Amino acid sequence: MRKSLVYLIPFLWLLALFFVPFLIVFKISLSDIALARPPYMPQLDLSEGLAGIRAFLSELDFENFVFLTTDSLYWKAYLSSLRIALIATFLTLLVGYPIAYGMARAPHHWRPTLLMLVILPFWTSFLIRVYAWMGILGQEGYLNQVLLWTGLISEPLSILNTNTAVYIGVVYTYLPFMILPIYAALERLDISLIEAAEDLGCSRTSAFWLVTFPLSRPGVTAGCFLVFIPTIGEFVIPSLLGGSKTLMIGKVLWEEFFSNRDWPVASAVAVVLLLILIVPIIFFQKNQQRQAEADA
Amino acid sequence: MKFNLLTATAILALGTSAALAQEVRVYNWSDYIDESLLEKFEQDTGIDLIYDVFDSNEVLETKMLAGGSGYDVVVPSGTFLQRQISAGAFQKLDMSKLPNHDNMWDVVEKRTDSYDPGNEYSINYMWGTTGIGANVGKVEEALGPDAPIGSLDLIFNPENMEKLADCGVFFLDAPTEMIPAALKYLGEDPDSQDPDVIAKTEPVLTAVRPYVKKFDNSEYINALANGEICVAFGWSGDILQARDRAAEADNGVEIVYNAPSEGALMWFDQMAIPVDAPNPDAAHAFLNFIMDPENMAAASNYVYYANGNKASQEFLVEDVIGDPAIYPDEATLENLYTTSPYDPKVQRVVTRLWTKVKSGT
Repeated sequence: MRKSLVYLIPFLWLLALFFVPFLIVFKISLSDIALARPPYMPQLDLSEGLAGIRAFLSELDFENFVFLTTDSLYWKAYLSSLRIALIATFLTLLVGYPIAYGMARAPHHWRPTLLMLVILPFWTSFLIRVYAWMGILGQEGYLNQVLLWTGLISEPLSILNTNTAVYIGVVYTYLPFMILPIYAALERLDISLIEAAEDLGCSRTSAFWLVTFPLSRPGVTAGCFLVFIPTIGEFVIPSLLGGSKTLMIGKVLWEEFFSNRDWPVASAVAVVLLLILIVPIIFFQKNQQRQAEADA
Repeated sequence: MKFNLLTATAILALGTSAALAQEVRVYNWSDYIDESLLEKFEQDTGIDLIYDVFDSNEVLETKMLAGGSGYDVVVPSGTFLQRQISAGAFQKLDMSKLPNHDNMWDVVEKRTDSYDPGNEYSINYMWGTTGIGANVGKVEEALGPDAPIGSLDLIFNPENMEKLADCGVFFLDAPTEMIPAALKYLGEDPDSQDPDVIAKTEPVLTAVRPYVKKFDNSEYINALANGEICVAFGWSGDILQARDRAAEADNGVEIVYNAPSEGALMWFDQMAIPVDAPNPDAAHAFLNFIMDPENMAAASNYVYYANGNKASQEFLVEDVIGDPAIYPDEATLENLYTTSPYDPKVQRVVTRLWTKVKSGT
C-alpha cells in the first residue's frame, strides 16, 4: 500500500505537468488558425454539455501535420537540429570526460571542492552566461583582442553569429550535465580492477579502453542524453550566438508562434519534435533499466 | 520606478493596506522614452509605475493574443494594432478620463484612423519613417563621394552592398518593414497583398543577403554610433539617436538619416489598453499624463521621434521640430506610404520568404 503511494507521486507529477500539457498542445495542433483571442478555432464550450464536446471534436483534423510535409523547411530544420545536437553532444563528451576522469582520480579531500566548482556556474543566470559569450566571441571581443595581441592572428576571427559559436555555447552550458554522471560512474570504479589489468600485461592505454571506459559507459550514456535532448530544442543559444544561417527547430517554432501567429502549426511542430525526442528517451530508459538490473 | 522601498516601509508603518496603492504596468518599445518622465508620473499621480520593454511587434502581439499579459498599457504599431483590435484584444478608451485628448493632432489622427477607425481604441505615441542610416565618412570611402546615400539603391543594389559589406550593414529583422521597401525599390505597390508580387522581392533580398552582417531591431543604435557598422536600414528616431550618441562621444563618427528618395514607409506606434488590463483607471491616467503637451514634448526631445500631439509642438526643441527627418515637410509627406495588415495566408508567404532569405532554406 505504502509502496504504491510512493509510485503515485511521480506518476501524478508526470500526469499533471507532462501529459495534460501535451494533450492541450496536441489539441491546438488539430485546430485551425483564427483571428481571435486565443488565435485558434474551435474553442471547447463545456456549457453545451456532450453535444458541445462532439461538435468540438468534429472540427479537429490533422491538416497541420500534412502541411508540415509540404514544405522542406520543417524536415531540414529537424535534421539540422539533430546534426547540431549530435556534434555538440560529442564535443561535450570530449571535453567533459577528461574533466570527470581527473576529478575521480583527484585526492579524496579535493573532490567536494572540484564538484562544487563544476556546479558553481549555475549560480549565475543562464541567460547572462550566454550573453557573456557574446562579449568574448565578438569581432572586438576579448578572444580576438587576446589573439591579436599575441600575434597568433592578424585579422579578427568571425566566431559570433556562426554555428561554431553555437557549439561553444552548448558545450559550455551543458558541460556539468556531462561531467556529473561520468564522474559518478568513475568514482565508483574499483581501482584494483585496473591494477589487475596492468598486472595481467595491459598497458595503461589499453587498460583504460578495456576496463575504465566500459565501466563508465552508463555515465557516458546518461551524460550524452542529458546534453542531446535539451540541445535539439534549444532556442536561446542559437538565437543569441548563432547567425541567421543557423537553422534549428526552436527558431522555426518561434517563427510559427510569433511571426505567423499560427499556433496550430506551431503546436504541430512541437508535437513532431516530441515524437522525435521520445525515441532517444525510450532508449535511455531501457539503458537505465538494464543498468539497474545489472547492479542488482 | 519599481515599487519604492521607502514608500513601502512608510505604508506599512502607517498601517494602511498596500493594496490601496495603485499601480500601472506599461509595456513599451526599448529606448523609447525619457526615463525621468516615469518618475514624474509617479510623483504627479501617486501611482506606482512598472515599466517593461520589448523590441518586436511580434512578441507583443503574441502576448496580446494569448491574453492575461498583466499589462495595462501597450504600444503596438499601426497594422499590428488593427489586427489586435479585430481579435478583441483592446478596450475602448473612456474619453471622459482623458481630458488631454484635445491636444492630439488631427493630421496624424486622420492617418491612424485607417488602423483604428475613429481612434476609439488608441492614442498616437510616436510616428516616424523607416529609412537609411549611414556613417557618411565610411560610406564615401567605400563608394566614393557620389554614394547614393539617400536611395534604396544603396542597400538593394548588390554592387553597392558588396563594397559596403566590409564596413558592416544591418537590416531590420522585420519582414513587414523590409518587404515593402524592396517592393518600392522594384517600383511595385509597397502595400501589395498579392503573393506573386511579394515573391518578386526574394531575388532582390537574396542578392544582397551575403553582404548583410545582421538582421536586428535594436542593436544598430549602438553599432552605428560607435562605428562598428556603416549602414543600417532602420527606424528614423533610432538612427537619429545613434547620430546624437556619436556626436556626444565625439568619436569622429558622423551619422545621417535619410527617408529613401523612392518613398518611405510611415508607421505609427499607438498606445492602447488591453481588454483584460488589471488597472484600467491607472492606464487612463498614464495615457492622460503622456498626452500632456510638456510631457509628450519631453519624450520626443529625448527619443527624436515625431509625436501625434499638436499642443506639444511649442515645447519641442529646434533640433526636433526643425529637422525634416523627424517632422517632414509637405513634399516628403507626399512621398510617404503606409501599409495594411497581411491576412494569415499572405503572412505565411511573407514569413516563409523572410526565413528563406535569412537562412537560405
